[in-house]
Amino acid sequence: MDDNILEIKSLTKRYDQHLAVDQVSLSVPRGGIFGLLGPNGAGKTSLIRMITTITQPDEGEIWFDGHLMGYQDTQKMGYLPEERGLYKKMDVFEQLIFLARLKGLEQKDAKKKVKEWLERLGIAEWGKKMVEELSKGMQQKIQFIAAVVNEPIFLILDEPFSGLDPINASLLREEILELHRKGTTIILSTHRMEQVEEFCQRIALINRGKNVLMGEVQDLRQQFKENIFEFSFETLPSDEILKEYEQVVTHANTLSIQLQNIAEANAFVVKMIKMGHILTAMKEVLPGMNEIFIKQVKRTSL
Amino acid sequence: MILDKNTWIILRREYLTRVTKKSFLLTTFLTPLAFVLFIVVLSFLLGYRADDVVKIAVLDEGSGISTYLENSKYVEFVKEDWDKEIAIERVKKGDFEGLLVLPMLEDSAFTRMAVRYFSDGKLDLENTEEIENQLKEAARNLKIEHLALDMSKVELLKTKVSVVPERITLTDDNTPGPSTMTSYIASGIGFTMGIMMYFIVFFNGARVMQSVMEEKTNRIVEVMISSVRPFQLMMGKIIGVGMVGLTQFLLWILLIPIVFLIAKPFLGIDPEAVQSSSLSNQEVAGMQEAMEDLDINLILSELMNLNWWLIFPMFIFYFLMGYLLYATLFAAVGSAIGDDLQEGQSLTLPISIPVIIAFYIMISTLKSPNSSLAVWSSIFPLFSPIVMPARLAYDPPIWELIVSSVLLVGFVIFMVWIASKIYRVGILMYGKKASFKELWKWIYRSS
Repeated sequence: MDDNILEIKSLTKRYDQHLAVDQVSLSVPRGGIFGLLGPNGAGKTSLIRMITTITQPDEGEIWFDGHLMGYQDTQKMGYLPEERGLYKKMDVFEQLIFLARLKGLEQKDAKKKVKEWLERLGIAEWGKKMVEELSKGMQQKIQFIAAVVNEPIFLILDEPFSGLDPINASLLREEILELHRKGTTIILSTHRMEQVEEFCQRIALINRGKNVLMGEVQDLRQQFKENIFEFSFETLPSDEILKEYEQVVTHANTLSIQLQNIAEANAFVVKMIKMGHILTAMKEVLPGMNEIFIKQVKRTSL
Repeated sequence: MILDKNTWIILRREYLTRVTKKSFLLTTFLTPLAFVLFIVVLSFLLGYRADDVVKIAVLDEGSGISTYLENSKYVEFVKEDWDKEIAIERVKKGDFEGLLVLPMLEDSAFTRMAVRYFSDGKLDLENTEEIENQLKEAARNLKIEHLALDMSKVELLKTKVSVVPERITLTDDNTPGPSTMTSYIASGIGFTMGIMMYFIVFFNGARVMQSVMEEKTNRIVEVMISSVRPFQLMMGKIIGVGMVGLTQFLLWILLIPIVFLIAKPFLGIDPEAVQSSSLSNQEVAGMQEAMEDLDINLILSELMNLNWWLIFPMFIFYFLMGYLLYATLFAAVGSAIGDDLQEGQSLTLPISIPVIIAFYIMISTLKSPNSSLAVWSSIFPLFSPIVMPARLAYDPPIWELIVSSVLLVGFVIFMVWIASKIYRVGILMYGKKASFKELWKWIYRSS
């Protein structure tokens, strides 16, 4: 219990006829980066809105930091919504101080923190500009600062990299990892599976408002592996020999085959070596989060 | 408590960003200028009158009126024993504007007279009225002569009447009874208060709505609502905008007289010219009589007699409640409208209509402040914030004030509650505007 900063129990949210979130349960371990995945319209935003207390669930409970979540917990949270939004006609500095103060910071602390963050992200000289004068990427950095300025212990990032150029994306990546190192628990909601593999230790996949999958990324990849092995030889065996194997793909000197298990893979290697093909590398191919995502979403959308 | 820390932070932002905006400074300082300019232009337009004296030939076919016909400031009558053809020729040549032919009259006891006017040019309204008035005067004098009336006796027929109200029940503090002046002053004050309420409610209500829509279309609302309650956001905004409106209003009260004082010597407004030309003779006469009756001391003492200890706090009370009532309704509507203001017209209409109706009731209230329409609409909470302030100077019965304010407070609390329910759902609904049916559902939805 205490290991999980957030514990969601059978959460349900109904909008008119539409069941946006249907009996979703999940637990987010303290200090990790947790991936919240799902196709468009799966109910991610509805779920996040309940976690951020923007809306109230119809059924179910949200436990935060060991107690039933209340409104005051938002002071310890940070939220970067997918729909970015700032006051267009307000200058950056004032705006960030305003948002920080709403998160409970005093004027003096807010000022100090905002200054630090602006310098950190290299946009200190833009502080006096109106938000509408900034580029989209710049606005996104401002929005990120707004989410983290109160030093939240729990941070929700909804598609944090969308619209950023590679330089800014890597800058943001470093900041997220730095927050992670400092112990901030992060929920990362994204459609980019390579980001999930890069950042997340644990994920939950929801589709049509329901739990589909939850677990450690490494476990899930093991769980959904299809015993595909990849071998590299100095010289590839002929097509005649490979005909008796399933799902054979060759590429240069590399060849991947679906087998029963690791024993069969070893047997295959022995057989090839005996035939005079020298093995240079061998590995088991685990499915990417992308494949798992697509397969699981398709399966549950039927 | 409504004003908790977050509400205060929101209020402060709302106020400061608005007050420091260029557009605010411009409207605040330019409106008094525009106002004064408007009055100057208006008085010029009203006072405008063609300076040319219109020359008109008069042919009297035997009525005898022409003898009494006198020239006025704008019309000169050229009375000669014209040959009609020659006179018409001269009109054609442009020597005269037209030819007036006074008919032969059967006897002197006529009550109607048609006078023909020959001209190719059109007679404008002002000159027609001028000629008619001069002819009437001439005919009157002719009749007086024919009937052998004594001029001084005729003057005696005119009577100046004024109704002087006297209070039956004595007031507690032995103040003198009301004079005719009281109702003039009361209606002046009532009108000022009523119209102030109307504008404050409308302008600032619209501002609140715009601000809500802006947050919604900006999507900042999502960030805000993850830090503060929708109710805090709504109240902070409403109070902040209300204070902006109040600031602007106070500045105008200060600035308009200043601008007037500065502008007066340069503009040279002639109030007499304005009056005499825009109003008919009788009206001017009436005004002059009224002016003669005007006694500054009397006005001042009447003003002092008004129960300001009641009027002023009650005005503030109705201002606060009225603003709160309509601003929350506008906030709710703003949250239900999508990105397009045009689309939202059908939603703003149900709010605008009561405000406009209340405004017209307020105007009619000034004429009869104790009519049942006035009494009931100053108790009905949708109208009372605009109608009651107009009645305050007329000393409405205390029970009406109590019933009206208790009902209003109750209604405001109820409407704030309703509005906040619509608001908290509406601000998170993106896309199209909501229908009334949906609004109804939102009120009943848990959150």
